[in-house]
Amino acid sequence: MAVNLDSLKSLPYFSGLSESVLLSVNQHVFEKKAERGEILVFEGEPAETLYFVVAGVVKVFKTSADGKEQIYRIIRPGDSFNDVPILADGVNLASAAAMSAVVLNGIKKKDLEAVSREYPQVALNIIKVLSLRVEELVSLVEDFSFRRVSGRVAKILLEHTGNGGGERPRLTQQEMAAMIGTAREMVGRSFRSLEEEGAIRIERNRIIIVNQEILKKIAGITG
Amino acid sequence: MGDMPIIDEAKCQRCGLCVSICVCGALVMEDNAVKVIQVENCGWCTMCELVCPNGAISCPFEIVVETTRD
Ligand code: SF4
Ligand code: SF4
Repeated sequence: MAVNLDSLKSLPYFSGLSESVLLSVNQHVFEKKAERGEILVFEGEPAETLYFVVAGVVKVFKTSADGKEQIYRIIRPGDSFNDVPILADGVNLASAAAMSAVVLNGIKKKDLEAVSREYPQVALNIIKVLSLRVEELVSLVEDFSFRRVSGRVAKILLEHTGNGGGERPRLTQQEMAAMIGTAREMVGRSFRSLEEEGAIRIERNRIIIVNQEILKKIAGITG
Repeated sequence: MGDMPIIDEAKCQRCGLCVSICVCGALVMEDNAVKVIQVENCGWCTMCELVCPNGAISCPFEIVVETTRD
């Protein structure tokens, strides 16, 4: 048990705590290391541990019935995951896996509860973290009419098609997301759905429009 | 050889996250800078673009219309 105090101090959960409080909190925090690809949290299992990423990258994802993976969040050093189910007494809402070798700090649910009962500043920090999460979710929900996003991705593809000669337009998922005002993840999802509907085919870094009619229909362009 | 992801050195903070997640070995940290090497098996998974906290990597797509139909 117990980890580096400096890394603990830099986490939003434990900001503004005195050295002595940090030391006492630190008794409950443990370090966990994982290799690339290791599953850290399984969707549907009871939520037991809150994790902070110290080094490396973690993805939070869900897998659909047909085995396709949808990434919801990328957790970089300093960020936490599994907060909501821990505090809601629930099951893990999504799975989490290491995208690289990772170093995590973890705190068990019962310990986090004990700590926040003892030190109200921790409880206040938790409220702040959760408020940020709610804000993120609200912006995701605004996006959630998925058909609308797919339609706009389809439109962008039609508008940025190269004619085979000269300088060809090239766009990243990030740029398309910014053009639409959506999250980058939604663009990736739209690609897959457009592919499934037979409108496009993706070959590495080329998006090939295989059926303009279908694509136009999805884009809401008639005639 | 195929295109490779592009790094904007002005935006890159050399945090190494992209290097740590890339499965094909195309991204390496050399002399405190991230370099992209031509490799066969970069499948354009675009995960490097996704994890970069500074928007320093881009994996752009070319959009073309299929010409031959059968
Ligand atoms: S696209 Fe994927 S495989 Fe290619 S360099 Fe980026 S992370 Fe590596
Ligand atoms: S993730 Fe982005 S900022 Fe970090 S080293 Fe890679 S390109 Fe640079």
